[in-house]
Amino acid sequence: MDEKTVTVQDTNPMDTETLEVNFGPQHPSTHGVFRMNIVLDGETIVSVKPVMGYLHRNHEQIAENLTYAAVMPYTDRLDYFNSMANNFGYALAVEKLARIEVPERAQYIRVIMAELTRLVNHVSVIGFLLNDLGAFFTPVLYAFREREKILDIFEAISGSRMMCNYFRFGGVKRDVSDADLEQIRKIVQKFPAFLDEFEALLTKNEILCMRCQNVGVLPPDLAVNASITGPVLRASGVNYDIRKVDRYSIYERFSFRIPLGDKGDVYDRYYVRILEMRESVKILEQALKGIRPGEFIHPKSTSFLKLPRNFKPPVGEAYGRVESPKGELGYYLVSDGTPQPWRYHVRSPSLINLTVLEDLCVGHKVADAIIILGSIDIILGELDR
Amino acid sequence: MEYLDQLFVFAKRLMLDLLARFLPDWIVLVASMVISIVAILIFAPLTMMYLTLLERKVVGRIQNRIGPNRVGKFGLLQPIADGIKMLTKEDIVPFQADPVLHFLAPVIIVMPALLIFAVIPFGRGMTAVDLNIGILYFIAVSSISTIAIFMASWGSRNKFSLLGGMRTVAQMISYEVPMVLSVVPVILVAETLSTNAIIEAQSAGWFVWTPWGLAGFLIFFLCAVAECNRSPFDIPEAESEIVAGFHTEYSGIKFALFYMAEFISVFAVSALAVTLFLGGWKGPWLPSWLWFLLKAYALIGVMFWFRGTLPRFRVDQLMGLAWKFLLPLALINIFVVGFWYFSPGLWKWVGSLGILGPSFWIFTKLNRSYVPENRVYRLAEDENNETVGA
Amino acid sequence: MIFGSGIIRGMFVTLKNFATSYFRKPDEGGLFTVEYPEKRIPLKERFRSFPFLVYDGTPENLRCTACDICARECPPKCIYVVRAADQDGRPLRRPAAFTIDYSVCMNCGMCEEVCPFDSIFMDHEFEIASQDRYRELVYTLTKLLKSNEYFNNIRPRDAQAVDKKRREAEEKKKLAAAQAAKPKLDEPPKPV
Repeated sequence: MDEKTVTVQDTNPMDTETLEVNFGPQHPSTHGVFRMNIVLDGETIVSVKPVMGYLHRNHEQIAENLTYAAVMPYTDRLDYFNSMANNFGYALAVEKLARIEVPERAQYIRVIMAELTRLVNHVSVIGFLLNDLGAFFTPVLYAFREREKILDIFEAISGSRMMCNYFRFGGVKRDVSDADLEQIRKIVQKFPAFLDEFEALLTKNEILCMRCQNVGVLPPDLAVNASITGPVLRASGVNYDIRKVDRYSIYERFSFRIPLGDKGDVYDRYYVRILEMRESVKILEQALKGIRPGEFIHPKSTSFLKLPRNFKPPVGEAYGRVESPKGELGYYLVSDGTPQPWRYHVRSPSLINLTVLEDLCVGHKVADAIIILGSIDIILGELDR
Repeated sequence: MEYLDQLFVFAKRLMLDLLARFLPDWIVLVASMVISIVAILIFAPLTMMYLTLLERKVVGRIQNRIGPNRVGKFGLLQPIADGIKMLTKEDIVPFQADPVLHFLAPVIIVMPALLIFAVIPFGRGMTAVDLNIGILYFIAVSSISTIAIFMASWGSRNKFSLLGGMRTVAQMISYEVPMVLSVVPVILVAETLSTNAIIEAQSAGWFVWTPWGLAGFLIFFLCAVAECNRSPFDIPEAESEIVAGFHTEYSGIKFALFYMAEFISVFAVSALAVTLFLGGWKGPWLPSWLWFLLKAYALIGVMFWFRGTLPRFRVDQLMGLAWKFLLPLALINIFVVGFWYFSPGLWKWVGSLGILGPSFWIFTKLNRSYVPENRVYRLAEDENNETVGA
Repeated sequence: MIFGSGIIRGMFVTLKNFATSYFRKPDEGGLFTVEYPEKRIPLKERFRSFPFLVYDGTPENLRCTACDICARECPPKCIYVVRAADQDGRPLRRPAAFTIDYSVCMNCGMCEEVCPFDSIFMDHEFEIASQDRYRELVYTLTKLLKSNEYFNNIRPRDAQAVDKKRREAEEKKKLAAAQAAKPKLDEPPKPV
């Protein structure tokens, strides 16, 4: 058949051209230097191609050339919003590799820090999601108001607001003073009231509901097949939380529940995060009640803290994972008996959760792609590593 | 009191009387026009400059921040600093842009915004031109800005601008319809199109205190917010989606002109809403022009409040709100005003509310896709599952 | 529920915050801005910015022995140490050059942890912005040296602990030296 006749027959005169638009790397709401290659038919999305790697810093290769202890500050820079959770995962992996025990007080401090980090992350993510929805910074600044208080605590305890570098193999860097614990108690006490205010502003807002409900629905089977983790998975109704599944650290001592979503749309992802914060507050209350004076680091590990080159884990491999606020954050380590890891790999939730982006976006409008991206909650430092 | 009330009117008459002593009549007529035009040309940009400051202050306070406070006391010189910055910035024209359209768009967009000021009654006897078709003039002139925005988006040759332009045209055209229809009840009751006469017709009571007036006011105000591309209807310049929409490729003074047009039209539509529904310059004790400005600024404050609170609609929901919700409600409102006009005493209230309330309810139910769903969330422990609603 | 009630509720939340910003305290819904150059949040004692070197008394009497451990353990490798040598070329226990590139430093505090001589500590100075990265931000020995009083001033708890530890170590050393010297003198001559 002649080619020309085919095109004439197949083309409807009312058909319009598709438009290919690059969202990013310089775009106000791609959460960093991330690029979405979107093909648009009018306002409707035909295809999405994520382009990443603009923030690639060779994290894993750098780590393989450093001592085990010196990797710790680099893990801060992965997911720069929750450095404590990153520290936690790496510390667990190395402790598994070298079979180091952690004293009880250190475990409590770790859990408190991890849950505070979850509050920081979820509250800011919701703020940023609302910014993507077009609110003029109000939810973000309310979130940041609370976040600042928690960051002040981090600064008092670890020395830095965001790049905490606080966890050590076998404990934590420094002890937490009673004054700091009192400060944390105050924040935890006030947090539910803030969440109530936040919810009054957002949860029932008709515009938010219109925009978020039934947008970017992630079916549970797709979520499981794409190995999505974290709040995104739980919003689809799959009961999977590493704190419950793995029972790492001392999470089995606390009673808390896992909020599960209904439909798996953007709204569920938003609300599951709110409910998760309420559960985190419960964990924090129990942990603050249970913490007792004691050692904050295992006495054996103080020796190799002073001399990181003498720390040589036995030959073998280990995988340590935590429920970071974004999902399953795992560190895979292979030791060959030298002071440097032979292989170091990070399983970052941001990257793996992003793989379903196209499935969620196709068929929706441009504005939806932005909020779907916002609801998946990516951090480019972790995505590109 | 009387003197204060008529301060500006007297000032103008004084000047004209002075001129009339030595100059022929036609020059005095021209001078009269020039004085009004100059007054508007000074007032409008000044309003715009301080509205930007006011917005930043109000939104800042909503967000528990201070807002600009570095230039001058309370940041009062901030608009001037911004203006100098805008003027001295490089004017960038994209490589393949249409130079004529790209240049003309910001010039054209300011004009309709300024032209609307001609029919706004700022106080008793303080209308620049008392047209007997004032409202019609307003509706006609305000639709010109659509063309300017589309010129800007097409002339920039940028995909984000194009998307923004398409959204603008769709939005402006859709919202013009319910806006015009929401004005119809006022015209029916006041039996005039002149802005001054409409205010006079509200001597007995502001139109907003009647059921049809309240409904009309709300529809008009929402449409007016949409016409100015303000939050939550700011999809043409949706920052998080299409960078800056139609003015993505503008910088320096051209960008400032877009900004100016937006704020001037914010003032203009608020002033119109005050004229149509809130009794215009009528009010006790204070001078009439002060009353007018107070009411207008209150409405502008509500727009800033919206901006500080609400997320933005999606483009299809925006269209849906205009065509499926506001338009039928505005049509029913016209029917209601007829009922109100011809029925006696208490029947007026019962009947109008009886029509408006259920129709509001019915339209919400019919637009089911826009009504929030109730969700149930499971809280999974290992053994017992508790549920919470949202 | 009437359509729009959620929006109205949200509007009241922002209105409340607008009103309370005028009279409430920062942590109760008031303004939380701190106008930075004029007002500052007091720094926490553990706050860490960039490393500096401590000396006791005079700058000649610095604690650093140029052992190079910090330079080796520094994760981004921003420390460069050159050991001093005497005329004969024998190495001395002091640095000839000690350079930290602040533009590379990532404020992790690793050097402070590994230093066996309590010489390098994290500073509170954070306003180091400058126009020239190579001339201003590469700190040499003279710029890095700060007195122990300064250290006591910014981080009293840590500095006192360090001072105590050093004093004890010194005393122990003295005692050990005394004990080592004693037997020689007091030991009765052994019978042959």
